[in-house]
Amino acid sequence: MSALLELDELHVWFDLGEGRELHAVQGVSLELEPGRRLGLVGESGCGKTTTVLGLLGLLPSTASVSGRVLLNGVDILAGGEETIRPHRWNDLAIVFQGAMNALNPVQTVEAQIVEALELHGRSSGRAARARSGELLEAVGIPAGRGARYPHEFSGGMRQRAAIAMALACNPSVLVADEPTTALDVMVQAQILELLDSLCRDFGLALLLVTHDLPVVAQLCDRAAVMYAGEIVEQGPVEALFHDPRHPYTRLLFEATPDLLVDGAPVSIPGSPPRLDRPLAGCPFQPRCDRAYARCTEERPLLRTLAGDREAACHLNDVAAVAG
Amino acid sequence: MRAVDGVSFSLGTGELLALVGESGCGKTTTAQSVLRLVEPVGGRIAFRGREITSVGERELRPLRRHMQIVYQDPYESLDPRLTVHAAVEEPLRIHRTGGSKAERAELVRDALERVELTPPELFLRRYPHELSGGQRQRVAIAAAIVLGPELLVADEPVSMLDVSVRAGVLALLDRLRQGGLGVLMITHDLSTAARFADRIAVMYLGRIVEQGPAKEVVADPQHPYTKALLSVVPRRDPRDRTRPQILKGEAPDAVRIPQGCRFHPRCPVALPECRDVDPDLRPAGADHAAACILVS
Amino acid sequence: MSVAVRQPGPVIEAEPIRSRRGIVWQTIKNRPSAAIGAGILLVVIVCAVLAPWIAPYDPHEQVGPVFGHPSWKHPLGLDDGGIDMVSLLMWGCRISLVVGFAATFVSMVIGGTVGVAAGYFGGRTDNVLMRITDYFLVIPDVPLMIIVAAIWGPSLFHIVIVIGILLWTSTARVIRAQVKSVRERVYVKRARALGAGHWRVIFRHVLPQVAPLLIANTVLTIAVAIFDETALAFLGLGDPSRVSLGKVIENAFQRAAISTGAWWAIVPPGALVAVIILGCSLLGGAIEDALNPRLRVAHLSARSFKLRPLVGRGPEAV
Repeated sequence: MSALLELDELHVWFDLGEGRELHAVQGVSLELEPGRRLGLVGESGCGKTTTVLGLLGLLPSTASVSGRVLLNGVDILAGGEETIRPHRWNDLAIVFQGAMNALNPVQTVEAQIVEALELHGRSSGRAARARSGELLEAVGIPAGRGARYPHEFSGGMRQRAAIAMALACNPSVLVADEPTTALDVMVQAQILELLDSLCRDFGLALLLVTHDLPVVAQLCDRAAVMYAGEIVEQGPVEALFHDPRHPYTRLLFEATPDLLVDGAPVSIPGSPPRLDRPLAGCPFQPRCDRAYARCTEERPLLRTLAGDREAACHLNDVAAVAG
Repeated sequence: MRAVDGVSFSLGTGELLALVGESGCGKTTTAQSVLRLVEPVGGRIAFRGREITSVGERELRPLRRHMQIVYQDPYESLDPRLTVHAAVEEPLRIHRTGGSKAERAELVRDALERVELTPPELFLRRYPHELSGGQRQRVAIAAAIVLGPELLVADEPVSMLDVSVRAGVLALLDRLRQGGLGVLMITHDLSTAARFADRIAVMYLGRIVEQGPAKEVVADPQHPYTKALLSVVPRRDPRDRTRPQILKGEAPDAVRIPQGCRFHPRCPVALPECRDVDPDLRPAGADHAAACILVS
Repeated sequence: MSVAVRQPGPVIEAEPIRSRRGIVWQTIKNRPSAAIGAGILLVVIVCAVLAPWIAPYDPHEQVGPVFGHPSWKHPLGLDDGGIDMVSLLMWGCRISLVVGFAATFVSMVIGGTVGVAAGYFGGRTDNVLMRITDYFLVIPDVPLMIIVAAIWGPSLFHIVIVIGILLWTSTARVIRAQVKSVRERVYVKRARALGAGHWRVIFRHVLPQVAPLLIANTVLTIAVAIFDETALAFLGLGDPSRVSLGKVIENAFQRAAISTGAWWAIVPPGALVAVIILGCSLLGGAIEDALNPRLRVAHLSARSFKLRPLVGRGPEAV
């Protein structure tokens, strides 16, 4: 199956002034097939949000980008903002963490969806209002509630409204950046169920960015684990959990508490490396419990392994990482 | 508005009680009234057997050194202008204890070692912005334990931290508990509560609806709300895709509390009489209680 | 865990991270307008302080003809008493600056106290203090100054007090707003939970946070105080025994400098007042801007990221 969205060696640097640079994303390559769900997981500062902002062309002027973003085989990053804009919303839609920020507080929810539709020339007037009602119903908000203002909505309803807006132009890819982080467990479950059914009903491909491994484990087919600006492992979620090929993946699962599994979670000592200077060796080496001499000298590359997966760890050359 | 309504629990020495619930259920208000940071309208708060419900601020001040709080956001809870040393020393200076400057410095070092910021020399002169989130939260805990309190209220102590360091901070609280500290942990994360708490109290709309030993509450929940909450916690094993029992809607706010059992409008197993009866906590096993008429 | 976990060194490195501590210095370094303002003030202050030593002539001694033209000996000419204008301006600056700083100090003490008390304690205290502030805010400054100066009699001390008690209102309001937000910070709440008293919380946690704002306000208020003093002196309500810049202008004006065509007796002191005020405004405004987070660039404000050529795969490229 050919990829719907493909990132090829995406790099993002931020200019820190005084000649210093932060290499936030260091060559990320991803593939997302139509209708599939990919989770992008990692700790804060690992570059996962920068990656999606980069692919959507939403980075500030201090950023510089290189690499290719292929949508149906066409590089949309090549011409910068000019070539990305036609695809934003229309093909690539995004839902952010704080839904309150995505919604204009002084406009009704319906008016904002209608505006998005008209702006992208999808429909206008009565047709747009009818469509906005449909969209709201699709995300579980009674169409009549569209006449209300965002502050009259609860957190969960706002996130639903934000999703409705994202769906306005029938995108083929939905990028969700920490969509449930600020929400309560019950509301989180409702939103995850909604994303699940939307992907199924509309054939949407989902790129879910989160720090929450269990959410990815429950919702996604595949996951990519990011560390220090690069992908250290990616593959089917089951394989990642049951047979991790990178120590970080394993330790991250071990650090996550589980409701019924006995044994306390164990934290990973240390903290991620700084990205404003060149890294020597494996970026995870200082925190790794399996590091050996080679790890301090040579940076491991992301290699394809059996079972449709990739990992960037020297241990895959010598023995199993798991266990 | 009654944010918290008739909540009762007790916390023993060396015990970790997790107060679990969704936002707006009153768990933070409860914790703050335990420390008398908000004034309770009625009820009784006793600390070391002494009633402190209506004690004046002046009398309360000496008691404050025995009950400390750790806040959720380590980025906000430390004064950005104070070094680690100054932040941890501050409680000693406020309560004018700890002896001479050198003796206080020794206590500060000791507290930092207890929160595993070792060697302390590396941290003493740092400012909060030079530390990671996990390190900041450890500094906040060090400042809370430097006076040797008996009660520590931890308000969502790890929810702002990265997954990889959460377990470490929780394990630290666990060790402090084993050292005899009573910990009241407020959390929305049932997985965390299940792993680290001795007892769990589940709150809904200002009431405790279920309370019991952590393992028992998780393995054998009695209240339908607890059951639903537990079912929606995502499991980390992708093969364990359970069917979550998702409740419709969101919890109403505390201004409009339903008649009868306050959970009945969202309850999947509500009976007609639930509209009228506001159930009390009833025993559902040794030291385990739930506020539901279905509990026999 | 059975796995032996290597304990890595804590990842903290000493690096100058911009804290609010150095914000005044940072602002001067990074903003040309602040540097210009600071430079102006520095030159003026140095001249004023060193006047007894660097002024070419005595400001009370006649050294040439009345309203003598500018010359090499007297670059700005002579005034109505045949006194060298350059020396007169240097000495005049002294008094103007002393009044400016002293009056500002008075107004900062009042404004800071009122602002911190109103913001920190809130409720009734806030209400009462803010009503008083409103009251002072609507008093027309100059007429009151004239009345007070006329009743108490013109003296430097009275002028300082009058200007001081009229200029604190805006400071009080700004500080109050800032204190209100600082009071809600978690670490302030934590200090309260620890059992810290109000004084301790205010002096240790609140005041340091509002200090840069107070500094910005001080600099801006100095400009107003100097202007007010000049106006009072020009109206003849200044201390007759001290020569301030306003007094210099007034003298020249009274002795018909304009009709004589002696522009050098009246323009330079006026221009000097304007320059001092400009310096204060530039510096104070820049510090205020630097403190105001709303004026900083937002995260997604500009979508003008730069594209770089593709880099090849491999570790060397990274």
